[in-house]
Amino acid sequence: MQPLLKVENLVKHYGAGRSARSKDKLAALDGVSLSVLPKTTTALVGESGSGKSTLALCIACLEHPTSGSISFEGIDLASLDENQLRLLRPQIQLVFQDPASSLNPRWTALEIVSEPFFVQRRYSKPDRAVRALRLLDRVAISRKMAARSACELSGGQKQRLAIARALALEPKLIILDEALSALDCSVQAQISNLLLELQASLGLTYLFITHDFGMAAHLADQIAVMDRGRVVESGSAENVLYSPNHEATRALLAATPRFSEPPAELVHA
Amino acid sequence: MRYLIRRTLHAVFLLLGVSLLTFLFSALTPGNYFDEMRLNPQISPETVAALRAQYQLDRPLPVRYARWLNAAVHGQLGFSFAYNSPVAPLLWIRARNTLFLTVTATLLAWLLALPLGVWSAARFGRLPDRVISWTTASLLVIPDLVLALGLLILAVRTGWFPTGGLLSVGFDELSALQKLGDLARHMALPVVALVLATLPMLVRHVRASVAEVLDAPFLRAALGHGIPYPKLLYRYALRAAANPLLSLFGFSIGTLLSGSLLVEVVMSWPGLGPLLLESILARDLYVVIGGVLLSMIFLVGGNLFADFLLYWADPRIRTAASAK
Amino acid sequence: MVQTMTSLLEVENLRVSYSARTGEVCPALSGVDFDLGYGEILGVLGESGSGKSTLAAALLRLLPAGGKIQQGSILFEGRNLLRASPQELRKIRGGRIGLISQEPSCSLHPTLPAGQQVSDVLAAHENLDRRALRQKTGHLLASVFPGDSERISRSYPHELSGGQRQRVLIAQAIACAPSLVVADEPTASLDPTTQQEILQLFRTLRQKLGLAMILITHNPALLAGLADRILVLYAGRIAEIGPSAQVLYSPQHPYTAALLRCLPSHLAEPPSTRKARLHVIQGEAPDLSWHGNGCQFEPRCTERMEVCKRDEPPAAAVSELHEVSCFKFAG
Repeated sequence: MQPLLKVENLVKHYGAGRSARSKDKLAALDGVSLSVLPKTTTALVGESGSGKSTLALCIACLEHPTSGSISFEGIDLASLDENQLRLLRPQIQLVFQDPASSLNPRWTALEIVSEPFFVQRRYSKPDRAVRALRLLDRVAISRKMAARSACELSGGQKQRLAIARALALEPKLIILDEALSALDCSVQAQISNLLLELQASLGLTYLFITHDFGMAAHLADQIAVMDRGRVVESGSAENVLYSPNHEATRALLAATPRFSEPPAELVHA
Repeated sequence: MRYLIRRTLHAVFLLLGVSLLTFLFSALTPGNYFDEMRLNPQISPETVAALRAQYQLDRPLPVRYARWLNAAVHGQLGFSFAYNSPVAPLLWIRARNTLFLTVTATLLAWLLALPLGVWSAARFGRLPDRVISWTTASLLVIPDLVLALGLLILAVRTGWFPTGGLLSVGFDELSALQKLGDLARHMALPVVALVLATLPMLVRHVRASVAEVLDAPFLRAALGHGIPYPKLLYRYALRAAANPLLSLFGFSIGTLLSGSLLVEVVMSWPGLGPLLLESILARDLYVVIGGVLLSMIFLVGGNLFADFLLYWADPRIRTAASAK
Repeated sequence: MVQTMTSLLEVENLRVSYSARTGEVCPALSGVDFDLGYGEILGVLGESGSGKSTLAAALLRLLPAGGKIQQGSILFEGRNLLRASPQELRKIRGGRIGLISQEPSCSLHPTLPAGQQVSDVLAAHENLDRRALRQKTGHLLASVFPGDSERISRSYPHELSGGQRQRVLIAQAIACAPSLVVADEPTASLDPTTQQEILQLFRTLRQKLGLAMILITHNPALLAGLADRILVLYAGRIAEIGPSAQVLYSPQHPYTAALLRCLPSHLAEPPSTRKARLHVIQGEAPDLSWHGNGCQFEPRCTERMEVCKRDEPPAAAVSELHEVSCFKFAG
């Protein structure tokens, strides 16, 4: 199967100082290669500073890589001009970690979900309203909530709204950058179920960026582990979780808090 | 360090630009000093022409500017037609008089505004704060002119303060202490006028900045650590609220020469203001340019000073500057 | 009431509410009772809206504007904190009770060096000369930072990483050797590795200093292996309180059980359950302005009964140290 997204040897330097010599520059991405198959979920796991968010920004065309290539459906993104890129952008959408700062708190839920239609100038006015309401239904935001402004919604509702907005332009790929990390456990479960359901019904592909191996383990088909700007291990979820090769993977697995094994005293009680 | 050098260079370029513009505008405005003379039938046109040539008013503009700039860099700011003396000494004396007023008034205003603003912010929304807010709002609404005139009336009616001027007659015969007292009595009303004009805005700014910081998480955290309240207000809150206030302080420094014109004119204080006013009306070209330039130096210098202060006070600016 | 031997902290019937500017009153805590023994670590488990941060703030009487302690008593080392004078309160805050606030990026003063901020806490409670202050600050920072504490002392908060800032907050909290430390979501924004380091630091501090801790979090997995007892908060009331092993592995309250079921535990389970639907707690988070009479969890409870709508469930003892507020166990 042809990968939906293929990243090859991506390098991204941030200059540290105007006249920085090349060795002073920060290499946020130091040769990253990654393949994402369509209709699957790939988890990108790593600590802060490993470059995961930079990778997300480069794939979403919000940052220009220093070198390397990103191909979406076989098309090299660097070869596109501004107009072509603008037509491609709806296909790749982002959902961020903090819904409070990625949603305009003064707008209502309906306005936020309709915004992509305005930006991309799609559909007629009545059509937009209908589609917006349908999107909100999909993420289980009631009509009553739709009229409320974003600041009045709970964390989980805000994140669902962000997902609805991401779905507005019928994307193929959704990048979730720590989208569940700031939520309560029960809300994480709700959103996780929603994401799985949407993937099944809409054929979405997810790039799920997180530092939580637990959620990654639950949602992902493929897992790629990043450390210091490189992908140090990647493969199917089973392989990475149960027979990790790289030290960074093992360290992250060990650090993930878990308690599914009850202590000995209780087992015998 | 490089950040500061860059800011200083910007300031110098700014001054050059301002001097050029001022020169241009002044020289291009219709009329010159000698127009009045031309109207006077007793003075022959040849005399006027000769005077003009003497003062080089008939040379082309760029030449005049270049000569003026050259002289200015050496401290010679030209010649005053009206006073028949070099401009520089004239300006210095008047500027010194203005500074007597404004430095005192600015220091007083800030020394009063800080505690008042902090005190007001600490009692935000409650009665003491509302009283202060109401008072400052009222003072802001009253024009400076009205304040100055009001004080003048007070001086006239009560006779407690002199009604104008810098020094009394017979100043030189007084002892040193008496001289100081005399100066103070003359300065009192203009200083009060200036303080009343600037204090309300300062108090409101301090109050707003501090009130915003008092809600911040780090302040509640400090409260949770048992930091005593006065230290919390001054060392923690005021310090965190300092950035906009430092900029404002720089602006205060900047207007040391230019902010008191109205008060000086009304209260007959022999400062830079009245001199500039006279010179503009009389088309005394070089005095105008010199005066404007001096005010500009203070304005630009004040802003530069604020930049330096911010750089010194806020480590985040230092980090951001060195990252660029 | 469940009693422990000697109580460092006794909270009885604590009721806290917030009044909005519109005049509407929202109860945040509606009758919280618990004890804390010396050297004990109590984990407070609660989601958003449960009142956990209100509890932390109320213990130190640091409620934000509009918050008011309506009723109850907080006995700390025998003294009722709700009747303490402002001077006594100031000495207790930081001196006898340390607070580790949420969000390390916002809880440190932006333009003071880290070492200075720790020194200030020391200076607020102890009478030390400058040299002694500097020495003690140095020791404190060395005890929470594995290395390089000199440089950290001179650094400003924006120059430190999330984990480093968290450690500075911890240093501030333990500076005056308090007997109780309240930590509000201390690892929320941190990486897993840093999280583990901080939790290990808490263990070490408890061992070395005999600290009692109230550890507030929404993530149950953090409390396993660290907390002695766990208190589960829901909508401002205690749902369940008991030894952590019992609460985590055999939860009795329907809410606790449902919450723990929500967690994906695929690191231990076989891979065939991956990508399956997780259990969720149906319904939405509780509306705090609702003033009804029954159990707050009733609308979302899978085991609800008629009586749950009418009355508030009483606290019932399931075992010697384990209490649950649910009609399942009442009467």
